[in-house]
Amino acid sequence: MTIFDFFRPARSAPVARDRLQILLQHERVTAGASDLVAVLREEILAVLQRHVDIPADKVQVKMQRGEAISTLEVDVELPNPVRRKAA
Amino acid sequence: MSQVLVVTSGKGGVGKTTSTAALGAALALGGNRVAVVDFDVGLRNLDLVMGAERRVVYDLINVVQGEAKLQQALIRDKRLDTLYLLPASQTRDKDALTAEGVARVMEELRESFDWIVCDSPAGIERGAMLAMRHADVAVVVTNPEVSSVRDSDRIIGMLDAKTEKAERGEYMEKHLLLTRYDAARAERGQMLKVDDVLEILSIPLLGIIPESEAVLNASNLGCPVTLNAAESAPAKAYIDAARRLEGDTVPMVVPMERRGLMSKIFGRRAA
Repeated sequence: MTIFDFFRPARSAPVARDRLQILLQHERVTAGASDLVAVLREEILAVLQRHVDIPADKVQVKMQRGEAISTLEVDVELPNPVRRKAA
Repeated sequence: MSQVLVVTSGKGGVGKTTSTAALGAALALGGNRVAVVDFDVGLRNLDLVMGAERRVVYDLINVVQGEAKLQQALIRDKRLDTLYLLPASQTRDKDALTAEGVARVMEELRESFDWIVCDSPAGIERGAMLAMRHADVAVVVTNPEVSSVRDSDRIIGMLDAKTEKAERGEYMEKHLLLTRYDAARAERGQMLKVDDVLEILSIPLLGIIPESEAVLNASNLGCPVTLNAAESAPAKAYIDAARRLEGDTVPMVVPMERRGLMSKIFGRRAA
């Protein structure tokens, strides 16, 4: 620390503001997305269960955010033999 | 018509309880019948800040569970006869607060009070959710500091999603109360400015409470700052904030603590 720093204290507030703006922009989207993923998972599961016997934990839904596009990964594990529900 | 106000923040230690007491007393000074309700089960402090800790007999959980009547649990303030406190339980498990029980108590409070001010616990767990659930209006207490602003943003999201009002599809009224503000440090670029916080959180400003020894003094004595030191800068800011809640238009001033030359030189605070 030099004598000049004493007269001119570091301006940290602009850094705080910028960090918060970037962080919250991201967090607001992810908070919304986690709800979306849960809703999608419920509905996908409901559709599947209408036709096959499948335990709830065998359906995994993941959302991956990329720069340009995001991908939705749906992983469904069907037990063998696949038991089709009677219509 | 009665209004249920929740004082919330997400982060702990930003001044929720102090602000609940100060706003509650300011609203009562304005001629309203006010009940301040402590939702912080297991870590109650509103009784202490209000100076009523030795008068607690029954609490919110007793009323929720039907073990006591609301009138038995309400403690009338010694200084203002239109101000009442409903304390939280210090010993009971917070799971004893049932959603239906809280709803019933809130309805009963609405019948006899103009303002019901709910002091939320920190965090985003059950207690905080129950405190905001029945609110008509929310005051989000925020310090000009990164972690507090981030947590406030989270709480604002929950106010818009998890309250009864939001679930009915209505707009949840939210106001920002910026506490522990130091205008001089903000001016020097060492603390987030009012405008920075407003821009980030984008909810209307209710008031700016300056960092001040009057606040600690008041809680030391067990008296809301708006009653204990009504002429101090934070008390004036709280009184203005209370008037804004009532719908008055009061010009916003950035409060500056008047400090003498000697305290400027020798009184530099740590942190």
